[in-house]
Amino acid sequence: MPHTERAYDRVEVFSARDLPEALSLREEHPDAKILAGGTDLMVEMELGRVPAAVIDIHSVEELRGVRERPGGLWLGALTTHRTLAESLLVESWSPCLVEACKTVGAIQIQSRGTLGGNIANASPAGDTLPVLMALDAEVEVASAARGTRRIPMAYLFEGYRSLCIEPDELLVGILLPEPHVADRTHFRKVGTRLAQAISKVVMGARVRVVNGVVTEARVAFGSVGPTPVRCTAVEEALVGRAIDPQAARLVEDAIQPINDVRSTAHYRSRVARNVLASWLMHLTENCEEDS
Amino acid sequence: MKIDFELNGRACSREVPGMTRLLDLLREEIGATGAKEGCGEGECGACTVLLEGTPVCSCLVPSVQVIGRKVRTVEGLETSTGLHRIQEAFVEHGAAQCGICTPGFLMMAASMCESKEPVSAESVRESLAGNLCRCTGYQKIVEAVVEVVVDATH
Repeated sequence: MPHTERAYDRVEVFSARDLPEALSLREEHPDAKILAGGTDLMVEMELGRVPAAVIDIHSVEELRGVRERPGGLWLGALTTHRTLAESLLVESWSPCLVEACKTVGAIQIQSRGTLGGNIANASPAGDTLPVLMALDAEVEVASAARGTRRIPMAYLFEGYRSLCIEPDELLVGILLPEPHVADRTHFRKVGTRLAQAISKVVMGARVRVVNGVVTEARVAFGSVGPTPVRCTAVEEALVGRAIDPQAARLVEDAIQPINDVRSTAHYRSRVARNVLASWLMHLTENCEEDS
Repeated sequence: MKIDFELNGRACSREVPGMTRLLDLLREEIGATGAKEGCGEGECGACTVLLEGTPVCSCLVPSVQVIGRKVRTVEGLETSTGLHRIQEAFVEHGAAQCGICTPGFLMMAASMCESKEPVSAESVRESLAGNLCRCTGYQKIVEAVVEVVVDATH
């Protein structure tokens, strides 16, 4: 059968067998796209955004798996959403990350898509991103020339679909800090359909409540601006007092939602505020029961 | 790029560009047209095949990533002893209308039959969430899958 010519025919493919090879390919070909599970890149190519070259890191085993390290849990960049969703270790560290991974597409997508890919693709609607921000996660990036360094999730996104990672660097892992016993965390995604819809609003949040007083707060949203965003004004308003659902009023000033095919700016603003308020109210009721 | 892999238990080799979609490799290069193209972007599940036993959308898998791996398509469900039990159940329940989504549903359900984890009737709908039927014949599909999968694993 004759081969039908397709856009991807001319893409040059470099395959890395291990991490040193992946890093040296990254150094030699800084403009190449990284191919992990392919669930975003293959769709991009269908839409006509075809890179000149890709570096396939899918076989780099060092970048797969979940490992406990002193002070944190390391998630390999190539670990799939499905593996994370089924991991009892991840569940015990961070149930809301497990919940987020379960909402990334259906089983077919969860089985291929990777956590590192969800981050590096830098979609403002990436389901895991607000959760990782709320957990104070860090990403570990590596280069052949300079070894590894860590970047807090809060500083990773510098603009629409853009990360502050150097062209010779590769995202190799994600570090979750140890959970605190007084932390309450929450993940909430609002989409058209429960299964595999791209979110209209997605929230990751965490409050630490000690003796009835919030000592630390993180509130992050996706799909409400050019990048996933932390609402520091809301966080500051929450800290130093008992949980106050009124703090959710500040959400609307902290986000920049737009009208697009999935929703309107007005809807997103209102829903972002309400999902936070609703969780805070739930916590208020539960804290009263605790005391 | 030379793509050597195992298709339905047989060694298979083709020379195609590395980023060729597995779906195109199967349909256009090999002539295995069981997997169907619906949306081409991982939403509809019509192109679902098993890669090392895991259901994946073959429209999103570049051929370079199947080198040395096992791929199973709807053509590989039937054996010398007859149809796979999930195929039998689809026939008995009338779980196909236009048929475009059927191979994808069958592969997703086959992976559930062969899963080591027990499958509950409630989880069947959730597991099938990535397979769309535009004829909306879901009820019969779910009944067929529940009959086989829940029996097979309990």
